[in-house]
Amino acid sequence: MIRSIFAAAALSLMLGAGSALAEPALIYAVGSKFDKSFNESAYNGAQRWAQETGMSYREIELQSEAQQEQALRRFAEAGNNPIITMGFAMADPLAVVVQDYPDTTFVAIDVTWLDAPNIRQIGFAEHEGSYLVGILAAMASQSGTVGFVGGMDIPLVRHFACGYAQGVKSVNPEANVIINMTGTTASAWNDPVKGSELTKAQISRGVDVVYAAAGATGVGVLQTSADEGILSIGVDSNQNYVHPGSVLTSMLKRVDVAVYDALKAGADIETGVFMFGLTEDGVGYALDEYNAALITDEMKQAADAAREQIINGEIKVVSYYDNDSCPVLNF
Amino acid sequence: MDLLAVIQILDSTFRLATPLLFACLAGLYSERAGIFDIGLEGKMLMAAFSSAAIAAIFGSAWFGLAAGIISALLLSGLHGLASITFRGNQLISGVAINFLASGLTVLIAQYLFQQGGRTPSLSSDGRFEPITLPLADALAIVPVLGSIYSELLSGHSLFVYLAIFMVPITWWILYRTRFGLRLRAVGENPAAVETAGVSVHALRFAAVAICGVLCGIAGTYLATSLQAGFVKEMTAGRGFIALAALIFAKWRPWAALWTCLLFGFMQAVALRYQNIDLGIVVVPVQLMDVLPYLLTVVILAGFVGAAVPPRAGGEPYVKEH
Repeated sequence: MIRSIFAAAALSLMLGAGSALAEPALIYAVGSKFDKSFNESAYNGAQRWAQETGMSYREIELQSEAQQEQALRRFAEAGNNPIITMGFAMADPLAVVVQDYPDTTFVAIDVTWLDAPNIRQIGFAEHEGSYLVGILAAMASQSGTVGFVGGMDIPLVRHFACGYAQGVKSVNPEANVIINMTGTTASAWNDPVKGSELTKAQISRGVDVVYAAAGATGVGVLQTSADEGILSIGVDSNQNYVHPGSVLTSMLKRVDVAVYDALKAGADIETGVFMFGLTEDGVGYALDEYNAALITDEMKQAADAAREQIINGEIKVVSYYDNDSCPVLNF
Repeated sequence: MDLLAVIQILDSTFRLATPLLFACLAGLYSERAGIFDIGLEGKMLMAAFSSAAIAAIFGSAWFGLAAGIISALLLSGLHGLASITFRGNQLISGVAINFLASGLTVLIAQYLFQQGGRTPSLSSDGRFEPITLPLADALAIVPVLGSIYSELLSGHSLFVYLAIFMVPITWWILYRTRFGLRLRAVGENPAAVETAGVSVHALRFAAVAICGVLCGIAGTYLATSLQAGFVKEMTAGRGFIALAALIFAKWRPWAALWTCLLFGFMQAVALRYQNIDLGIVVVPVQLMDVLPYLLTVVILAGFVGAAVPPRAGGEPYVKEH
């Protein structure tokens, strides 16, 4: 009898503690937390918040898409608030789950098309950042032929390619942009060998700057570029340090900032659809000590001028999403 | 299409066919001895990781090769233990090895290097660099033959030459040695081998061990020669394409070479020309990717002569007393 009273007391204490704490939660996209790219960027943002505030958060690395809805419900039931999700693939499970938990705030990175009052949806203008690295690529290229290696052939990757090609053509309308996708399944994000071969094939067709938007496949692209003595461009996180002197720059997508902001604001964060572009410093190109020698003043000026012009609307970078096609590329 | 483009595609064919050929020959030894092995993928992956990890730690590609072979041998031993000694289902054991390798590699890599389940990039000491054949530079100026020699035949890693060399060796072992005869017999009719006084289990373990060594070399080639380090799931289905090649080659060594070169060639073409414009129709790259599997299905369906696997394949051998 006494024991059961204790148990009940302990239980209510735990429940009370759980709801009072309301830790935020972070759900990574299927794949590795430490991918040196998308997920790792979110992790870095969350760690920065945790260190600054001394508070903690819960997180889960998903092993398959089947766990998405389960993870969302588990965190929501446990009173975690806000719940941050990574990747476009979370859109469908979110659409099912959000209305069941109206008091929980969800933050969805890379999702912008859901209709619910309690989601903060964050999209990034990857085409604008890619446009800038396209300018740098075209100016660094001697041959007038630049390459792009994408991961899985999905609209998001085409969105990157399209912005890049527009940037290249803005500098050199005659430039040849060679686009390759690694594959059509999820293994296309993890096939550096194929990334290497694609890069070699592109080099043999005259490419001397290649942009990799391909997850871990990009490791092979960057490696082969360094081996063969051409320039490469990294993606999402700053990858300039991977092969100093060979990585021209990296297209930054500041997922870490988005996650940090969400954690800092907590459950009361403003909901709705937000687009992080050049104006908000949500995307950009990386310049640091590893690539300082590769980016000339002229290139920097051109990229910064284009950045200003995109921000004030003088240049309009066409998004692949607008009508599922790209004005300067044939997919 | 000029000569240079052809040479570059063939060059790429050799690079892409090499891991397939090693894995295909590995499967050939195992399956000819009656042990189905769908764990080729897992063994290659494990070897890729171990070779990259050891090469990164000790800065020596040869240490990496040794580690790759040993780790693949360990998984082979596990497969042998489960399917030969304990007479378990060979397919289940193979699947288990694939899962085990997929999880273990990332787990250990994260524990050792904290780089998100990958190994650090290898310096040149940790990699097998391309070998330039003698006189390659001098002969490069000779028209056609010179460029074929210096571009296509020269400049590959040691493993590419080794893989091709393994084909006549395998043929000789299988068809010209006593061991090879017994190996083939144990895959067709193990009871007859047992009657002759030869241990079925010992032969099968030997075959599985050879399979492990070859898978180890295949994985090492991926991680320390083609690439400079290990990345999660970096084998990307090559073990399964090798299995398809094995069936396509009807479990014969020379046919395995041609099949792997054909599959490598298809990959090389698909990588170079994403969409092939034939004038009337445009062949999409996805079709090129699926062709190896499609061809295997055609073969299995018996359109191009039946592919008959070793008769005792997949059957655990129970000694009759």
